[in-house]
Parts: sequence; C-alpha cells; structure tokens
Amino acid sequence: MTSPIAGGVDCDLHPAVPHLTSLLPYMNDYWRDQVTTRGMTDLISQSYPTNSPIASRPDWRPAQGKPGSSLADMQRQALDPFGTAFGICNPLYGVQMVFSEDMADAFCRALNDWLVKEWLDKDGRLRGSIVIAVQSIDKAVAEIERCAQDKRFVQVLMLVMGDMPLGKRHYWPIYAAAERLGLPIGIHAGSAYHNPPTSVGWGSYHIEDYVAQAQAFQTQLTSLIVEGVFARHPNLKMVMLESGFTWLPPFLWRLHKFWRGVRMETPWVDRSPLEIVRSNIRFSLQPVDAPPEGDTLNRLFDHMQSDELILFSTDYPHWQFDGDEVLPKGLSQDLVRKIMIDNPHATYPRLQVKETVR
Amino acid sequence: MNIQIRERPEGTASAGIKTAIADCDIHPARATKDELHPYLAKRWHSHLETFGVHPYQGMMEGPPYPKAQPNASRRDAYPPEGGPQGSSLSFMQKQHLDPNNVALGVLNPLNTGQGIRNQDLAGAICAAINDWQIEKWTSKDSRLKGSVVVANEDGVSAAAEIRRRAGDRNFVQVLLLSRNVEPLGQRRYWPIYEAAQEVGLPIGVHAFGFGGNPITASGWPSYYIEEMVGHSQCQQTALASLVLEGVFERFPKLKMVMVEAGFGWAPSLAWRLDKVFARLHAEVPHLKRKPSEYIRDHIWWTTQPMEDPESRDHLFQTIEWIGWDKLLFATDYPHWDYDEPSRVLPAGVSDANRQAFYLDNAKQLYGIS
Repeated sequence: MTSPIAGGVDCDLHPAVPHLTSLLPYMNDYWRDQVTTRGMTDLISQSYPTNSPIASRPDWRPAQGKPGSSLADMQRQALDPFGTAFGICNPLYGVQMVFSEDMADAFCRALNDWLVKEWLDKDGRLRGSIVIAVQSIDKAVAEIERCAQDKRFVQVLMLVMGDMPLGKRHYWPIYAAAERLGLPIGIHAGSAYHNPPTSVGWGSYHIEDYVAQAQAFQTQLTSLIVEGVFARHPNLKMVMLESGFTWLPPFLWRLHKFWRGVRMETPWVDRSPLEIVRSNIRFSLQPVDAPPEGDTLNRLFDHMQSDELILFSTDYPHWQFDGDEVLPKGLSQDLVRKIMIDNPHATYPRLQVKETVR
Repeated sequence: MNIQIRERPEGTASAGIKTAIADCDIHPARATKDELHPYLAKRWHSHLETFGVHPYQGMMEGPPYPKAQPNASRRDAYPPEGGPQGSSLSFMQKQHLDPNNVALGVLNPLNTGQGIRNQDLAGAICAAINDWQIEKWTSKDSRLKGSVVVANEDGVSAAAEIRRRAGDRNFVQVLLLSRNVEPLGQRRYWPIYEAAQEVGLPIGVHAFGFGGNPITASGWPSYYIEEMVGHSQCQQTALASLVLEGVFERFPKLKMVMVEAGFGWAPSLAWRLDKVFARLHAEVPHLKRKPSEYIRDHIWWTTQPMEDPESRDHLFQTIEWIGWDKLLFATDYPHWDYDEPSRVLPAGVSDANRQAFYLDNAKQLYGIS
C-alpha cells in the first residue's frame, strides 16, 4: 500500500444534513412556515440513497442517523487517520432537485449557513463549498458573493447533471463571479433529476445512475471546453469531484481528434482541449476506477501525461476504498506529495499555506 | 488466405495496404428521394410526401445539429452521375472497394425507419431498406453484406423482420442505433435480441439515433462537436444498460458490435462497472458474473474514428486491455471522418495482430469464409 503523508488536503468530504428540519434555524419565517405547514419531506437524492452501500463504508456507518452527519465521526474516521491539514466539505443535500428558484435559493442559503455554524466553526481544518442552485443565475451569483466574504469558503459547488450543459453562456455570470473571487468551481457527481439520468434515457437501477456519472462528466467537459468558458475565464479552475478519472485519456483523444476536424464551428476555443484540461481542470482522487494492480494504474497515470491533475480525496463517507488504502498501490512519493499537498494548494488559492512536515 | 490481391496503380490513396481488408462500417445512400418507392406499399408514398417521417426530433429534414460537411460526407465522394455521396455502387467500387482491397464491406444504412414515431411506417421503411440493400448492393457485389434494419421501438415487429431474413446470407448482422426511447438493455428491446440470437446474427449498435431524450444527462448541448464526441458517452451508457439489465445472461449466445463510437473508453467503463458492481451487486442479482466478463465475451468494436493518442504505446496498451481479437477495422465511407486504411494503425504491430485487426476478426464474427 502507499502511505499518505501528513498535512494533506482532503478535497471531497460529505457532511450530511440530518433532516430538512435541521435547516429550519437558518431559514426566515416564511420558509420555516412553508416547510412545516406543507409537511415537506427530507431532500434525499436518488443519487445517494442513505442505505446504499455506495453511500457509506460499512465501518463508517453510524448506529443511527445518516452517514457523515457526525463531526466526531468525520474527525475520527477521515481527518485524523490521514493527517489531514484541510478538509473541503461538499454537502450533497438535494437542494438542486427543487424546481422553484425561490425555494432553491432559500434552501441553499440555509445549507451554507448551516455548514458554517455546525462544521466550519467547530473544526479549524474544515473548509466549505458554496452550494448554489442554478434555477436563477442572479440568485446563485448573489449567494456566491454573500458566502465568499467568509474566506473559509474555498469553492462553488454544482452538480454534474443539471438543467443544461454547464458550458452554456447562461451560466457564465457564475463563472465570472467565481474567477473574480478566487473560487474554483467544483462539479460533483449527482443529478438534479431535471433530465433523465443518462443520455439515452431512464435506466432501471441505482447502479446505472452511479455508473453514468462518469459519462455525464465527460459531456460536461466537452461543453465547458467548446463553449469557450476557459477562453473567457482563463484563470478559472474547475474540479471534477467523485468523477473518476481513468476515462480522461481516451476521452481527450476523441475530443482532440474531433476538435481538429471541426474547430471552425467553435473558433473561440483558443487552445487545444488537452492544454485546457492541463491548465484549468482537476479531478478528485476517489473513486479510482482501475484494476487493483499497480502496473495498470501507473500506465494510466502515464496516459494522463500530467502529475498535476489529481487532488487527494477520501470521498468520506462514501465507500470507495477499504482500511487505510486511500492511495492506490504503487504511487511514487513524489506523486503522493503532489496529489495530497501541492496540487490542492495550487488549485484552491484560499487555502492558507501551512507548514507541513514531510 | 485465399483472397486475391488486386493490382492498383501507383499513387492511389491506399498504396500502403497490400492485403485484403474488411470494412465494417460503410454507409450506402439513396440516389433519389423516391428510390425506396418500389419497395414500399403505395399508401406510404403519399404519407411520406404529406407528413414526412415524423422522427423523435423537431426538424422535418436534416439533423438537429448541422453537420460539418454536406451529408456528413467527403466532398470528393459525390458520384459523377449525380446523387449524394455513397449512393452509387460503381463509384463506391472505384473510389473505395477496389483501391483499398476491401474483401468484406458491411453496409450500415442510416436514415431508415429507425428513430421515427409511427411504428407502422418504421416497420415498412425498414423492410424496404432491407430489400433495397439486396437489390441495389449485395446482389450486385458479393463483397458487400447488408445489415437488417428494424423498427427499433417495436420489438415484436423488429423480431418478425429479423426472422424473415433468417438464413439470408445477404445479411451479416442486425443494426440498431445507440440512442433510443429507452436505454438498450430495457425489456422492450429483448424480442430483438431473442430473434437475433435465434437466427445467429450479431447486433451492430451504431452511434446515433433519435429517442427523444436530451443527448446529455444534463440537457441539450449547443454544437455538432458535442454530439460527435457525445456518441461515445451515449454508447457507454447504452452498453452499461445492456450489461446491467442482464441481456447477456438471458441471451448467452448474443454478440454485439459497438460501431463508430470509439473503443478507448472500454477499459475504464469495464473497470468502473466492476468496481461499482462489487458494492451494489445486491441490486442486480440476475448478474452471475462481473460486468467486465460480459463485455469481454460479448462485445466487438469497430475502429473508426480511430483513437489517436500522441503516443502509440498508449494506443497499443489500450488495445491490449480490450483484446486484439475484438477490434474490427472500419472506414465509415463515405463520411467525412473516414479513416484511411493504410494510415490508421501505427508501425509496431505484429503481423498476426494486423491480420486480425484488418480482416480475420470480422470474417470470423460475421461467418465469412
């Protein structure tokens, strides 16, 4: 096994909202009343059914309540064992599924305030992502600006499957705000279920939805690149979270080939897709969709042609690895240092540089 | 090998190809709008004139994403006698089959009855296309073999059409498209798989099609390049559905060919499926083996558009993960993103693997001696 080094940045932790009613203290009177008098149910997304094996490692599942809902558990199971210096919290509460832009905005504001009070204020290692809903771009930008005043928010969080492809110009005010405020855009696995969860329709099974996350990330990367997001915002970083990354090399071969063939269609794309990915796109480590043999994985890293793309993550409490084998076998110490420390710090400017012992 | 090597003049496009090849993705076209009329009942002539084909998309004519070239085809492939690219057998022979020494050419007709909403019309057009393939193409050139096109959303009618062609050696596969009303593993399509297994034909799943779903899981993209690149994502999801629904458990002799959707993604999809299956197998107890094993045993891949990494080692490693015995060479003639046979495979491949890649895998799969 490959040993983690102390002082790393865990870029994908999932603190769980115990219930919609947990957010009531962070809502105004109107929304508190709406939630209670209408008997609204908890916003659990089908992307992560609470009891699905994917949603929690068996030995991380609490006796009661949702996996990831206890700070003490997160400290004991994820932050302490891996010597984590900073942990970035990406709440996956199902606020994006809501259709009303007012309700989505109220729930996002409550969720972000809840994260500050219940998590960031209680452990100095934790950092946050600003959860936004894209039903209203104006409201999303306002929420980014509101939360960004707290420097512990280090990125903006969106889902990989939403209403429209993420490169669409409609979303660009979000990207302009993020770039201006030094916030990468984190794009996490999961669907708002406003479209069928695969590009060929509704499958029968949860396992299909989960496998299909990887294909959704691929189409989103195409969209972001060819629409020209990074020509307009060259300093904007985007982080694909819980995306898998072993699909990246063949995806780029194909995108690059077609871009050479039909680049007249999108003349504003001023660099090759390969260059854009190397400079602007990052990927969280887990899940590692590869065979367990170190040899194959090292070849895959070679196919990626860069050691700057991967950012350490446990994906806590999701079940991606067992024991302390958070790093795949056979990684060099140099690569471990890049993945755990250098790459995350280069990606998230709001993380303060902290002295670490190698 | 008992295939004669044809003499070619110096300087022809494919002077590098000395041996016979199989081209597993050729697109024949109709020379005129009315070319199908002899094969279609009279009622459909006026129906088509009045209502069009009424597909699962908005455009009366043409694709929703305008192609990069007219008919998505090579500008040098217009036949001298007129008509669109791919519509003349004699010009196809002269421009492609003869100079490239094509010993086996698999026809994959697009713009058929697939992806249209009126299922009676879909069945009628598909049957007509199948008759047209025999009369215009396969009976005139024995190198060419057809694909049975079927009304993909009507499993019962599709199965009947497949059984009607049973034993007809003008056809070597059944043709489906990747994008349908539902993911391809769904039960509405099982009668197609049952019939194909029964008559011993592989199923080719060609990239493309209309099923009414947005072509990404996050809605409709803007550009043709997104549709082109996105075919591989649609194909990945369609294949995941086939595996996870247990199609290959239920139809253990079924063989499928992924056509024109790339193959580089196959290893990472298989690894991801295996990894997630290890966690979630309780949801799909009908699967008796790991997903990657079904893929390894049941799936073949056509090569065009060839994966094109900067390093040929990366290509070779990827092919080794899939298996040299699973790739079927294809050009996509006459489409613009055609792969040139002599240039597609870098140097450094053993003779046995080259032979498998260019010809033998296809002959074996399609039962051509």
